[in-house]
Amino acid sequence: MTRYGMIINCEVCIGCYNCFLSCQDEFCGNEYQGYSAAAPLEGHNWMRVIDKERGEFPKVKMAYIPKTCMHCENAPCIEAARNNAVYRRQDGIVIIDPQKAKGQKQIVSACPYRVIEWNEQEQVPQKCIMCAHLLDKGLKEPRCVEACPTNALIFGDMDDPDSDISKILKRKSFEKLSPEFELKEKVLYNGLPKRFISGTVVYQDKNECAENLQVELVGGTGKTTSITNEFGDFEFEGLEADKTYRVIIDQSGYNGEDLEIQTLRDVHLGEIYLNPEG
Amino acid sequence: MSEKVLTQCTVGGPVKVHVENGRITRMRPIVFDNNDAPSWTINARGKEFTPPRKTTLNSYAVPERTRVYSENRIKYPYKRAGFDPNGQRNPQNRGKDEYIRISWEEAIDIVASEIKRIREEYGKAAITGMTSSHHNWGFLHYKMGPFGRFFNLLGYTMLCDNPDSWEGWQWGSVHSWGFHWRLGHNEPFGQLEDGLKNTEQIIYWSVDPNSTSFMYGGQDAAIWKYWLKELGVRSVFIDPYCNAGAGIWADKWIAPRPGTDAALAEAIAYVWIKKGTYDKWFIENRTEGFDEFEAQIMGEKDGKARTPEWAAEECDLPVATIYALARQWAAKKTMLAVGTIHGATGAARAAYGTEWARLCVLLMAMQGMGKPGVNCWGGAASGPPLNFDFNFPGYSANGWDTFGLVAEKSYFPDGNPVQQKAYRLLLPETILNPPVSWTGEGFCGENIQQQFNKFTCPEPGPEGAPIKMIYRHGGSYISTMCDTNKWVEMYQSPNLEFVVMQDCHWQSETNFGDILLPASTNFEHSDISEWNSAGGYGHYEMSQNHRIIIYQHKCIEPLWESRPDYEIYTMLAEKLGIKDEYTEGNSYEDWDRKVFEYSDLPKYLTFEEFKEKGYFVVPPKSKEGPYAFRWFYEGRACDTPDRLNPNLGTDKAHLLGTPSGKVEFVSRSLKEFAPNDEERPPLPGYIPSWEGHRSELAGRYPLQLVSPHPKHSYHTHNDNKSFWIERIPQHRICKDGYYWWPIRVNPSDAAKRDIKHMDIVKVYNDRAGVLAIAYITERIRPGTVHSYEGSAKYDPLEPGKSGSIDRGGCMNLLTPGRMLSKNAPGMASNSCLVDICKWEK
Repeated sequence: MTRYGMIINCEVCIGCYNCFLSCQDEFCGNEYQGYSAAAPLEGHNWMRVIDKERGEFPKVKMAYIPKTCMHCENAPCIEAARNNAVYRRQDGIVIIDPQKAKGQKQIVSACPYRVIEWNEQEQVPQKCIMCAHLLDKGLKEPRCVEACPTNALIFGDMDDPDSDISKILKRKSFEKLSPEFELKEKVLYNGLPKRFISGTVVYQDKNECAENLQVELVGGTGKTTSITNEFGDFEFEGLEADKTYRVIIDQSGYNGEDLEIQTLRDVHLGEIYLNPEG
Repeated sequence: MSEKVLTQCTVGGPVKVHVENGRITRMRPIVFDNNDAPSWTINARGKEFTPPRKTTLNSYAVPERTRVYSENRIKYPYKRAGFDPNGQRNPQNRGKDEYIRISWEEAIDIVASEIKRIREEYGKAAITGMTSSHHNWGFLHYKMGPFGRFFNLLGYTMLCDNPDSWEGWQWGSVHSWGFHWRLGHNEPFGQLEDGLKNTEQIIYWSVDPNSTSFMYGGQDAAIWKYWLKELGVRSVFIDPYCNAGAGIWADKWIAPRPGTDAALAEAIAYVWIKKGTYDKWFIENRTEGFDEFEAQIMGEKDGKARTPEWAAEECDLPVATIYALARQWAAKKTMLAVGTIHGATGAARAAYGTEWARLCVLLMAMQGMGKPGVNCWGGAASGPPLNFDFNFPGYSANGWDTFGLVAEKSYFPDGNPVQQKAYRLLLPETILNPPVSWTGEGFCGENIQQQFNKFTCPEPGPEGAPIKMIYRHGGSYISTMCDTNKWVEMYQSPNLEFVVMQDCHWQSETNFGDILLPASTNFEHSDISEWNSAGGYGHYEMSQNHRIIIYQHKCIEPLWESRPDYEIYTMLAEKLGIKDEYTEGNSYEDWDRKVFEYSDLPKYLTFEEFKEKGYFVVPPKSKEGPYAFRWFYEGRACDTPDRLNPNLGTDKAHLLGTPSGKVEFVSRSLKEFAPNDEERPPLPGYIPSWEGHRSELAGRYPLQLVSPHPKHSYHTHNDNKSFWIERIPQHRICKDGYYWWPIRVNPSDAAKRDIKHMDIVKVYNDRAGVLAIAYITERIRPGTVHSYEGSAKYDPLEPGKSGSIDRGGCMNLLTPGRMLSKNAPGMASNSCLVDICKWEK
């Protein structure tokens, strides 16, 4: 049976907002009978992009997290709705019936992901429908996916063994935006930003970037190492938040460094100057 | 209710337009079908790369529907309330008067009779006019089309354009490597194939490959960056701001103090010379003047060696970082992501930006550019393997009369009877305090000498005339030129008797017009075009994965009382008795068909088939290469389709466009024309900015403002017209019901001024005050603030008052009117000292 889902690969999201904009273009002011009332021209975010600035000068990274309805298999919005106003189609897409849901504001607050919007004019809750009205006409993918320039959004039938999405799902495991909700979401993520620890190692005596130096990180799942590049930079990416780590630099001829770091946020240690022994 | 799906093209890519009941409902990218030509494949290092079978759109192209239906459209012809062509004109009230709706007939009557009157009273040269860059996309109806044909037929003082996005490349690098026929940019051929196959590192110097580098080409080049990453190609970004590309693609971000890039370049050369890590064969065989350069770098000329220690002070960078940058640049096959137009940005639009641009060329010469993997590759966004044997003209293929390419008679270059010229950056002075003199002809694409031609406006002699009338087609300049309170003063001058504003939307200059003419967007008339194709001096500067020719359907009737530009000029031409010459009796369809027939399209399909399908994907080329500079490196005749290269087909075809035919460390053209110019000497080098960290002014205004091109609007083209764009975080930010333009501030600078995230701040200096919303970020280096140019909204607290505080976000009110240097008349918007403070209402 068809089971539509989406993978959002944050590693190749460039923050262009095309997904947000094409979703607006599809639904703002456009009614699709039986699927959705017209969204207001301004103000709704059925697909949004959360931008996160990570690190500190001069080591900064941007992360973008597109976020939309997760079309959960345990959808709280379905449970919160009266009169079967929210239902799951055979293909797994969760739809809010624009007629039956009129006046049912409680559906908005039922969603822990906060991706259901309230249409004040129509008095109806609204959200992403995976462009079901287009899929039913034979289109292959929703507007946001079509508009993505880097294939950061991958859409398809997760039960069809020949679909791109199911092949990708077989190759590796994916994350959920908020796994603690335990909702069996059908929108899955890759590359959600975690924490990084980075630094630049410089030989104090030569005032020269320390290249090819082994830096050790202790904590989390054990020990990992990073080799500094030509700029003396090292980086440990994908670390757990709010944990304590130790960064250890041990270079013969130089006094070592042993730094304790808490990943309350991404941490750039700046320049670490190594002093010659003695 | 029947839905039609038509095709159109925008500045951000081609679209399929869904129309229901005469109204545009949706717009989508073009997804190819099996009948469309195949895509290319590049085999590199054991992998295959082929682009997606669709067009990508720029963010600002997706919501074109809202730009078309924007409430900010100029809906009707208007007359300024205080303007009476037969009585009081009240020029002092431009910018504050109300507007009265008038009929088209009255509007055209007034404009035509004013044109006649001014020509009779002062001469043809008393009228000038100019378009903004991105009014409406289309081959015929882009800015060079309706406006250019009309005014070259009529006769007017041409207002010369400055190359506002890449100043230093034209005024500088032409003297190092030629390419005047590309306005300073190098040839954009084969870089993607070469980059994927051979390059180990890309250095993005003062360029943002995730915004400006996309140009008109959608975001097709974004995926290339992931291919390069997959192959292990490293990315280094040099920019005071961790720009949109750096934020996601940088392996290393280096943030020099603005205006000191040339010092960094000299220090890199120092390390290479000291260590001998440069291509000595290339220096000996393909360049001249290196000895003198070496002497300067090593301090033999003035006792000041350009060491990394010296540069570190200027640039405010760690010494070790500069050494490391130089060392590993020499060790790796490196593309410098500047040079082609997609690398045109920041550091070239600053005081002495010529010097940095020239030094970039010289550094690449030291690394032997043209050998595999080593080249100039602007934004890593030029040079896809497209088929350039297929002919379809770009919008500037016939200069300032696009129709002339296929008409019986062209009025460009030989049409305009007026010799007098004015210069865009000096127009306010030309009106307020004539006469004004300058050196340099704007776009100097014909020859190097054009850069040294001298002009005065009004021109002395009987043919010259003071400028009395401005015809503005588009209305962006208060946001896009420099020190633009001068434009407010200009418009209120009694010297200026008549001002026409023709545009689709109310923009920063619109309400300085006496008569406003509402233009339609390109969705309201037909046209034919290739996307992302400038033609002329920018021919084949492409960043898209497929060449696509689009039939631009008329999707809807002109909205409100707007009319297409072509029709407006036709009405005027009729009144002035030149309609037959202007139109030659052609309808839109006639013109479209003529262009179709001029191109190679008829080899593949009929006009009717083309119109029905709406687009044509040009088949890919059949063989590898050719590669930019490879011919030069190998000493062969140029084999790239750089068709304006005057050496092609001559015995100099293996040479560059410099006088010597080589890369010139010491420029022969500068030696000949301006040997004693200390601000652009024959041998380039770092010169501290006239408005930078060393200036006295820095005591009062300690922050350096950089204002690059915006990410979510093509200059002013899309801002303030689409509420969806305004809701992109960091394009504009809503506070207390107003959409503010953001200024990015380092936390340390904010703390010193007690400024919090999202506070409204005043950005100010002696020239202006602009209100903006403070965005506190680690992405900007301390001592520097960042705010994009390109706000389409000029919203002065005291309308019509020069010097009024603006809350629309026009940062160019603050930037200096001073040019790059005394003989390099480009805008230096990134040399701008300001301070900021919290704004209390």
